[in-house]
Amino acid sequence: MSPNAKRMASASAIELVALEKRFDALHVLRGIDLRIAPAEVVCLIGPSGSGKSTLLRCVNRLEEPSAGHILIDGENICAQDCDLDRVRAKIGMVFQQFNLFPHLSVLDNLTIAQRKVLKRSKAQAEDKARKVLDRVGLLHKVHEYPARLSGGQQQRVAIARALAMDPEMMLFDEATSALDPELVGEVLAVMRSLAEDGMTMMVVTHEMGFARGVADRVVFMDGGVIVEQGHPDQVLGDPQHERTQRFLQRVSDR
Amino acid sequence: MGLTRRQRSTITRYAIYAATLLLIGWVAATTDWAKLQESFLDWQVFRQLFPEIVTRAARNTLIFTCFGFSGGLAIGLVLALMRLSTAGPYRWAAALYIEIFRGLPALVTIVLIGFVLPIALHVRVPGTYGPGSLALAIVTGAYLAETIRAGIEAVPKGQMEAARSLGMSYARAMTSIVIPQGFRVILPPLTNELVLLLKDTSLLFVLGTTEETIELAKFGRDAVADTFNGTPLVAVALVYLAITIPLTRAVAWLERRQKRAARA
Repeated sequence: MSPNAKRMASASAIELVALEKRFDALHVLRGIDLRIAPAEVVCLIGPSGSGKSTLLRCVNRLEEPSAGHILIDGENICAQDCDLDRVRAKIGMVFQQFNLFPHLSVLDNLTIAQRKVLKRSKAQAEDKARKVLDRVGLLHKVHEYPARLSGGQQQRVAIARALAMDPEMMLFDEATSALDPELVGEVLAVMRSLAEDGMTMMVVTHEMGFARGVADRVVFMDGGVIVEQGHPDQVLGDPQHERTQRFLQRVSDR
Repeated sequence: MGLTRRQRSTITRYAIYAATLLLIGWVAATTDWAKLQESFLDWQVFRQLFPEIVTRAARNTLIFTCFGFSGGLAIGLVLALMRLSTAGPYRWAAALYIEIFRGLPALVTIVLIGFVLPIALHVRVPGTYGPGSLALAIVTGAYLAETIRAGIEAVPKGQMEAARSLGMSYARAMTSIVIPQGFRVILPPLTNELVLLLKDTSLLFVLGTTEETIELAKFGRDAVADTFNGTPLVAVALVYLAITIPLTRAVAWLERRQKRAARA
């Protein structure tokens, strides 16, 4: 099969094949197969230590898989000749700890990768930065430094920073877990509006309400494997597996 | 005694002040001021040192310091990145360099570059300031390497990950994101190194000084020999302080400003 034919054959935005990850003796991912279609929103849930964050970090190879394949738009990004920087530029990522660049203003946070990676002109990059900042409702903070923003604002800037790269898909790694409860809503609202606009999204989250309301599919992981997946109403409302039932029981008890 | 703890500590404090003043008074009373002034504070001798002490000696000291520090920063940065490399040989080579040139007295390194290198390898470092600057850069690089490494390691791992997730290469992420933040952390120890280097330029006399390369300390000692008077040493000491104090004050100001910006 030619590379082109291979790409045509795959309609998935993200495809994980028999993915495994070991940290020395620790077997974190034990054979994950998962396909995510363009514009699909998939929420990964599960107890801590279940491997869901590791799985997400494998998708752009921040974590190096021990075995298996990762296909982005049908391209095998574990191949020797794959230009990883180019692939990463089209996968936006949002972290639990925001990871804004503290030595740069909000504007520079949003333009630096556009300038250095996408080689956009200063004017182009700043224009784009203002557009995405406006989208997350923070255009008035354009000249502020990250330290002067609230946690919720910082995370919205982090989302805008990813969006400024015109990504084809977005990864969210517990994006609201480090936030004070009253700041969670503003970040979830931005994520919801992205989903409505047809962004392909992989979301590791503990927000069951968000998963129920926004996800096209919920994937429940435990012990490094996918235990159960399906429509949120089914997985969250009528879980088939005992492990899923126990997890949801614990979460709703909180 | 019916004294509170606060009263006792106040009494102790004033007792220390009184003892210190007594000591200073005793030293001042027993000092032979006339002799001291004649030997170390001779105005005539002092005046004759100018403008040479500034236009030649201080100028050369500053030139050696600038070259030595820029070279040392470059060497230190490369060594720091080697120490952080995943490739064993890079790490070991850097560790070896650091152990050797941090362990050797600067004087020995200066002799190595100035005399051993030309004889052993028939390599002479070019330029009037070349050999001295290179020797100082090599020594400073060894000290700065560990400082810079600590600075880079102090930057949270998430910064590198965020930069890489945006498509930046390792080198780009290092130069644009990690290193600028690392240098803010190590500004105080860097200043320390700069001041130490400034004073280490006084060791360059072993290379044999010419009119062109004479620096402050050698200039002072030559003048002492010429005048049979200690005043030039006092003058040189004042010039050193006139350089280092504004320098460290400027860095302290820079640091305060940065802290304000980070907090505000």
